[in-house]
Order: sequence, then structure tokens, then C-alpha cells
Amino acid sequence: MIAQDLKSALQESCPDLEDRTSLDWPAFNCPMDRLVGVVQALRDNHGFDALMDATAIDNGVDASPRFTVVYHLFSLQSHSYIRIAADCSDDESPVAPTLTGLFKSANWMERETFDLFGIHYEGHPDLRRILMWDDYPHHPLRKDFPLAGFENELSDPEIAANTGVKVIPAPMAGGPFVAQHSDFESKREPVAKDESWNEQNEKPD
Amino acid sequence: MSTETTEYTAPDSGGKAAAAEQEFETEHLEVSMGPSHPSTHGVLRLNLELDGEIVKKCDPVLGYLHRGDEKIAENMTYNQFVPYTDRLDYLAPLANNAAYAIAVEKLANLEVPERCQAIRVVTSELARISAHLLGLGAYTMDVGALTVFMITFTEREKLYTLFEELTGARFTTSYSRIGGVTRDMPDGWTDRVLKFCDEFLPLLDDVESLLTRNRIWFDRTADIGVISKEDAISYGLTGPNLRGSGVDLDLRRDAPYSGYEQYDFEVPLGENGDCYDRYAVRMEEMRQSVRIVRQAIAKMPGGPFYAEDAKRIFSPPKDKILTSMEELIQNFMITTEGPDMPAGEVYFEAENPKGALGFYIVSKGGGVPYRMKIRGPSFNNLSILEKVCIGGMISDISAILGSLDFVMGECDR
Repeated sequence: MIAQDLKSALQESCPDLEDRTSLDWPAFNCPMDRLVGVVQALRDNHGFDALMDATAIDNGVDASPRFTVVYHLFSLQSHSYIRIAADCSDDESPVAPTLTGLFKSANWMERETFDLFGIHYEGHPDLRRILMWDDYPHHPLRKDFPLAGFENELSDPEIAANTGVKVIPAPMAGGPFVAQHSDFESKREPVAKDESWNEQNEKPD
Repeated sequence: MSTETTEYTAPDSGGKAAAAEQEFETEHLEVSMGPSHPSTHGVLRLNLELDGEIVKKCDPVLGYLHRGDEKIAENMTYNQFVPYTDRLDYLAPLANNAAYAIAVEKLANLEVPERCQAIRVVTSELARISAHLLGLGAYTMDVGALTVFMITFTEREKLYTLFEELTGARFTTSYSRIGGVTRDMPDGWTDRVLKFCDEFLPLLDDVESLLTRNRIWFDRTADIGVISKEDAISYGLTGPNLRGSGVDLDLRRDAPYSGYEQYDFEVPLGENGDCYDRYAVRMEEMRQSVRIVRQAIAKMPGGPFYAEDAKRIFSPPKDKILTSMEELIQNFMITTEGPDMPAGEVYFEAENPKGALGFYIVSKGGGVPYRMKIRGPSFNNLSILEKVCIGGMISDISAILGSLDFVMGECDR
């Protein structure tokens, strides 16, 4: 009921708003170009005054649209949440508008999403990596990034040259239970992803 | 970070004055504080730009404790991730365990028995006391009061003995399972908890008498690190830091979970949003936690401590697995395939000691989450540093960091 009221109120400013399947809070899919307007309407007219969470989903390497940005807003009056999602149109270099103009908390959370998913937030004042180091070349939460990681140079070339040390992948991909998403006997049976090498057997070249 | 310094340009008022200004032109000093600095509790680094002792710019550098918990979660079954939640806010693992389990139970639309809910309330509140004790001890030590640290750590040690008795581990408890807890409370455990509560409150009064009206403590914390209501909400602060700024929000009361609506407790609020208010809020929260623990124990319901009808989610206790075929199969299926979860999305936030710990779970069915985002409250609580430190003394930073009471485990995840 409340979700329906919200939806009809929001559709005045954004007619393309669609329901998003959700098991708990009202959730809407919003076109990317209307995202800022919808979130601003939620904040100013409907009392959703805190951005609690901003993140993204990688829908799979072959999926299109591949990346979806997701926001959770919280209302301090009604103590309820709302979920707004928007698909990025470009699968290769996804772009989303920044919400830093509306919420200060968006700053770091968008930096994190940029860091881990490689989503570029247009208009973000300070879009640097936040969890990984600055010149790290990958985006780890993308589905094509292996759990064990990739071999990398150390970020400081001087230390790398003097020590010859590199950042190496984890010794075994995720331990005994790693979900296999591709064809296997059972689609849901967790098995080790990469058993070709481990602590005992050296990594083949 | 750029090494640029803002040059002071004197107004054009004659050659002599300009020359004098030139002589006293100050250069901004860049200081890297941390990642191993005693008052940056853990591995936080602050890139500071100082003008004398005044902080001009503060740029927190995170990620030294990044383990990729979200990536790991996508690659294992729901129950296997429980030990990883211990290491989020590693000062209150019991509260994290419960929050995570409740989030996944919400996805499964599973109602756990009342006894399980009450046990989770007791453990979460004890975890809150233990986390606040450590936060308070470290905070006061950072600004020079060592005695409080001794008292709070002694009390925390007693709590850890209780945790060990309940879960088998002092620190990394892994007590929750999806659909229940690992084991019931041992005999007489609740009596020992109540005994702890009785002894704890007078000691808290002692601590209060050392600090609350202490002139030095007051000078070091009052009007330092003031966070306005609007900023606190806009930066996404939660927990005691939000309430210290006078925003009346406690998810235990406002969006009750795990049966919190049955318990009678007050939500302390600050007025000024300074370091002193955040301290005062935490002190009162510990008393309220004791109140909740006593109420929960007084009306501890009987019955099972796990959802017995959730045969495809909760792995039954060991003695049943070893004696009955049905339970053996059940255990085998849950261990190999993971609990059977429906497809869908949920977002759940629990009021943890540091603030709202949120789990956003995207499931496509089966025993492994497709995507799990963890909202660590400390991450947002720290984001305000770049604003709140500016214009203060460098010595205020340790007071501000102590009062924000962050933990890098959940910040870097």
C-alpha cells in the first residue's frame, strides 16, 4: 500500500519507474538518467533522509546490462528503507551519476564501488580507489576476477625492483567449498574451483 | 596526495609589511599518521596537512585490512561465512553473528524460535558491553587516563570467560547458524551473567566518577570534534555516534528484530555532538544493555534453540546426526549444497555496538549468495573525519578517533 503510494508519487517525476522484485522493502528500477531526480524527490518529499548503502551488482560477464547500481535509503521518520536500482547502459565502461551532491555518505561508498566494480561516477569530486591501492589494475568484485586474485607488481617500483617481490594469488582458490557456476553435475554443488595447484604442489607455469 | 601548500598572500600595504609577512610565511607540513599509530586503533592512516598544530586537511587512507570478504562470501555457502562475520567488528563478534544470521533468515523467510531470539539478544547486548568497554578504555588511554583502561579491560575479561563458556571461543565465537545458534546455554550460565551484571554496574559508576566530572577529561573532550545533526545524517553515521549528535534513532527500538520490542529500555541522546557526548552516550548504553540482559534472562522462553522445522536450512545438533538417519541426510545435504534459499533480494541492518551493520544479499537460489554487500558502520563513521578534524589541534585527533570508536575489520572488510 505504502509502496504503491510511493510509486505513484514518484512516477509523476519519473514515468519509467518499474517495480523491482524484492523480499522486503519497496524496490524500484529507475532509468539511469532519472536516478538523481528520483533520489532527490525521495529525500526532499518523502523523508528518506539518509543514504545507508550504495553498491553495485555484476550480473555476469555475458549479461547485458552487466552492471546495476543499487542504493538503500532510510527514512528517520517512518523507519523504513527503500531500494533504488539503475542499470548501467555501457557494459565495458559503466557510468553512473554521482549522488555526492545529495548525500555526503555517497562520497566514500561510490569510491568503494568504483574501486571494486570499476563503475565511473560522473561528477564525483574525488574518485580514487579506497580499499585497494591506487595503481591496482583490476576491479575485484567483478565476476571475471578469480577468487585467488592475479599476480601483480608491488605498487612501489623501487621496493619491487630491490626486493623482486610480487603480489601473488592466494595459494588455493577459496578452500574446499567454492561454488562452481558453470556446468557441473549439480549446479549448486560447491566444489573447489582450481585444484591444479595448492600448498603442496607447485603452481604450473 | 598533493604536496601543494596554500600560500598566504599579504594585502598590498607597503613594502615593509609585505617583507615581514614574507619572513613569517608558514609552510604547511604534511604528516602521515598511522597505519601503526597507537591512537588509530588498528590500521587506519591519516594523511594530515598541518599549519603548526592546526589540522588543515585530513585524508583517511583505508584498505590495510581489506580481505575481500564480499568476494569470499560469493564463493561459499551461507553457513560457511559465519566465521568471517566474527572478523568484521572483531570486538563484538556475537553481535555480528546474530546480525548476519537474521539477514539470511529474512531471505529464507524463516522464523526462529523465541528462545533462540532471546539468546541472541543476551549475547548481542553482552557483546555491546564488551565492545563499549574496549572502546572506552582505549579512548581514555589515548587522552591520557590509564586507570579506566585497567578497569574496563578487567571487566571485559570476565565477559570473555562467559563467552568462552557459551561458545567455546573467547574471541572468534561463530555462535550463530542460519536458523538458530550452535548450542544451547550451559547450565547456570544465565546466573553467572546476572552475577556479572550485578558486579559490573558499581564498577561502571566508579569509571563514571573518574571521568564524567573530571576537569582534564572535560577539557580534552568537550566541544572537540563537534558533529552537527545534519552532518551526522548526511554522512551516514549510525549508532552511538549518531545519537551523540542528538538524532533519535536506535534500530532496536525503531525497526525491532529478534524480539527487541518486548524489552523496555531507553535510548540515550547527546546534545552537542562533541566527543564528550559520544562518551556519555556509550556509558548510558552499557547500563541499558544490562537492563535488556536482565529482562531477557528473566523471561527466557523454553523450547528449542533452533528452527526444528527448517530441515533444509539448519544442520541438526551432532548427537542427532550420529544417531538418526534422517538427520544424517539433512546434515549431508546442508554441508555439501548449503542451505536451500529462495531467489530474491533483502537488506537488513542491525543495531551493533558501532552502528548499523547492514547485509544486502542478492540470491539466485541455492546455498551460495550471488552478491553480498556488507555495510560496515565504521566505514561511514570514519568518512566524517575529513570534515570533523579540520581546524582542530593535532592532539584532538586522538580524542576524535577514540570517540568515534571505529574498528578497521568492518571498515575495510
